[in-house]
Amino acid sequence: MKGSEAIIKSLQDQGVDVVFGYPGGVLLPLYDELYDSDLKHILVRHEQCAAHAADGYARASGKVGVCIGTSGPGATNLVTGIATAHMDSSPILAIAGQVATGLIGRDAFQEVDTLGLTMPITKHNFQAMHADEIPGIIKSSFYIANTGRPGPVAIDLPKDVQEEEFDYKNDFQIDLPGYKPTKKGHPLQIKKASNLILNSKKPVILAGGGVIISESSDELMELSKVINAPVTTTLMGKGSFSEDHPLSIGMLGMHGRKVANMMVDECDCLIVIGCRFSDRTTGKVDEFAPNAKIIQIDVDPAEIGKNVSIDVPIVGDAKIVMSSLIKAIEKLKQKKQSGSSSKWTKYISDFKINCTPRLSYEDVPLKPQQVIKEIRNTLDDETIVTTDVGQNQMWMAHYFTTKIPRTFLSSGGLGTMGFGFPAAMGAKVALPENDVVAVCGDGGFLMVSQDLATIKEYDIPVVICVLDNRYLGMVAQWQKLFYNKRISHTRLGEVPDFVKLAEAYGVKGERVKKPGEMEETLKSALKSGEPTLIDVVIDPDEILPMVPPGCGITEIVGEYKVEREVPGEIPYRAPHIGEDGD
Amino acid sequence: MDEKRIHVISALVLNKPGVLQRVAGLFTRRGFNIDNITVGASEQENMARMTIISHGDENVLEQIIKQLNKLIDVVKVRDLDPENTVKRELCLIKISTSSEKVRSEIIQYANIFRGRIIDVSPETLTVEITGAPEKIEALIDLLQGFGIKQIARTGATAISRGMVE
Ligand SMILES: Cc1ncc(C[n+]2csc(CCOP(=O)(O)OP(=O)(O)O)c2C)c(N)n1
Ligand SMILES: [Mg+2]
Repeated sequence: MKGSEAIIKSLQDQGVDVVFGYPGGVLLPLYDELYDSDLKHILVRHEQCAAHAADGYARASGKVGVCIGTSGPGATNLVTGIATAHMDSSPILAIAGQVATGLIGRDAFQEVDTLGLTMPITKHNFQAMHADEIPGIIKSSFYIANTGRPGPVAIDLPKDVQEEEFDYKNDFQIDLPGYKPTKKGHPLQIKKASNLILNSKKPVILAGGGVIISESSDELMELSKVINAPVTTTLMGKGSFSEDHPLSIGMLGMHGRKVANMMVDECDCLIVIGCRFSDRTTGKVDEFAPNAKIIQIDVDPAEIGKNVSIDVPIVGDAKIVMSSLIKAIEKLKQKKQSGSSSKWTKYISDFKINCTPRLSYEDVPLKPQQVIKEIRNTLDDETIVTTDVGQNQMWMAHYFTTKIPRTFLSSGGLGTMGFGFPAAMGAKVALPENDVVAVCGDGGFLMVSQDLATIKEYDIPVVICVLDNRYLGMVAQWQKLFYNKRISHTRLGEVPDFVKLAEAYGVKGERVKKPGEMEETLKSALKSGEPTLIDVVIDPDEILPMVPPGCGITEIVGEYKVEREVPGEIPYRAPHIGEDGD
Repeated sequence: MDEKRIHVISALVLNKPGVLQRVAGLFTRRGFNIDNITVGASEQENMARMTIISHGDENVLEQIIKQLNKLIDVVKVRDLDPENTVKRELCLIKISTSSEKVRSEIIQYANIFRGRIIDVSPETLTVEITGAPEKIEALIDLLQGFGIKQIARTGATAISRGMVE
């Protein structure tokens, strides 16, 4: 068998039915093999989009997404997408062509040190020097990418290795003596955690992306009910806990919900699950959850105590650990240890009502809140939304109610502009039955707009909503807030006409300007089953309240506009709950 | 708890191309110090042992070990207890020798330190010495006055005493 054939066979053995790629000189053998293969290949228009599409595919489905690029510039174009997946623990496999083995190291045409470039941004990477290594490398790559804490794997694939013939045998074993992810939590730690939780009066749960990855939303729901604790999430954790549940207090952090930031500050026990304590989540670390004992559950031991010091660490898979924790707590409860009471949850729900953000605005140009409200009203719960990066992302994170896991996809860790649209493309390919909507900024969308060609050619009916403020809005927001309103190089100007841009690619283009139009336009776009771009002209001056960098998360600046003003604000701080012991 | 000290980390790694780069890259990227690093074959086939000497507080050490463990090609990592560890280094020192008198003095020093003369030329002598890094420092200090032309040190490697793992 030839190396190139082995690649395709090995991918198919892993259940891969689609790859996103872009060919080039050193990939000719592989592409020649693809010519009569039944493995579906989607030709993107930029390798970055192949990587983001594979990432979107992975995030939406939980399966490994595969992307392919040629040597040199193809590989460097993949790099942003690989790094994006790495930061958010998304399992993708990136296959990059390489110059023939005999040319490696000689600065050959289109040679780049892909192995070196991707080393710090992958969970692991391989270089296949002989064709007979390919089946083992691909099998190991899938195993590494999607077990333990998932992450991207890259394979460097020289041209001659693709052409080399070898005896294909199906009996290779995965041999990775240095890789043994921990699954079960340590029983002693679980016992400690249960006691701590039941001795606390004001517990809060912070759920990160790990809850979604480990598919443990049911356990999370049960845990929160059993211990009477409200749940906040990180950006990556959005969807792990339904945001319309009474115990949900929304997203935490720099752009978090006021109630979440305040309650984490207030709580006496914080149970953190699958979360790496990003600075965007914690704000100033020294002031993070100052009154709380912290329990951290994570499958990656290196995350324990990396940024925040932890009272009770539990290393293990979130799903398994939470189940054990729930059992342990229920046992203790029978011995009548009480834990948190309805007093705490009542206090929180009152506080929450008081700072529920206002979404309805009749203004023209449109307020983003109104746009997001209309988007939410239109979509069913299973619709997958992706965001780009910037204000559009934070508005969506803050205002958009996400109800189920894997339906809110966003570049959290790397904050990669240009992620939203290709990720939506990948998600739609993974789950064609689900509606998929990308909410992008005008700046970020323009970084990847060429892939309108891809959704047209392959008929991938995603709907792209471009929140058109003609600014690099998030950077302009910081300039307004922290740099004396000196709007330096963040104005995008009047071009392009996004509707015409879409039409140039044969994609339907629509424009929305007034309240009510978003709902109508989005509804018919989804119904049409055609790829559509909606240019949403919004108010460039709207600012989302935020916590300035370096501040504690209670120090929110900007007016936090609330849905209804309640006379006699609920006092922040509820010391009475802890003290009288209930 | 956050007292800075020297740590001797012993890591069993797969003997594959790129492993050193993975480890070195990890230290650079995460801002960990490497005072010195040695690599060589181990008792197990296909595996090499790396000895890394680093300094930092306990939290840093904990992170270093956890991050090393995360590398797929790293099989086992130990922070060796300084009380129960033997550290050895090899050093080659080339010295200019102007006169016969100087030569014999150098040879005497080398003998005291259980060093050996491994190369002689009309203008130079080369001393080989192994031992704990402090011993090597001491000899270098002594020889400094004669005009050292070149020093080549391996960096320390280390192993735990007795049955201590
Ligand atoms: C690739 C990349 N370059 C630069 C940035 C820095 N950055 C973060 S948000 C932002 C502005 C985004 O503007 P736009 O896409 O129009 O979104 P808006 O904030 O206006 O919603 C920029 C430039 C980034 N995150 N990613
Ligand atoms: Mg913009």
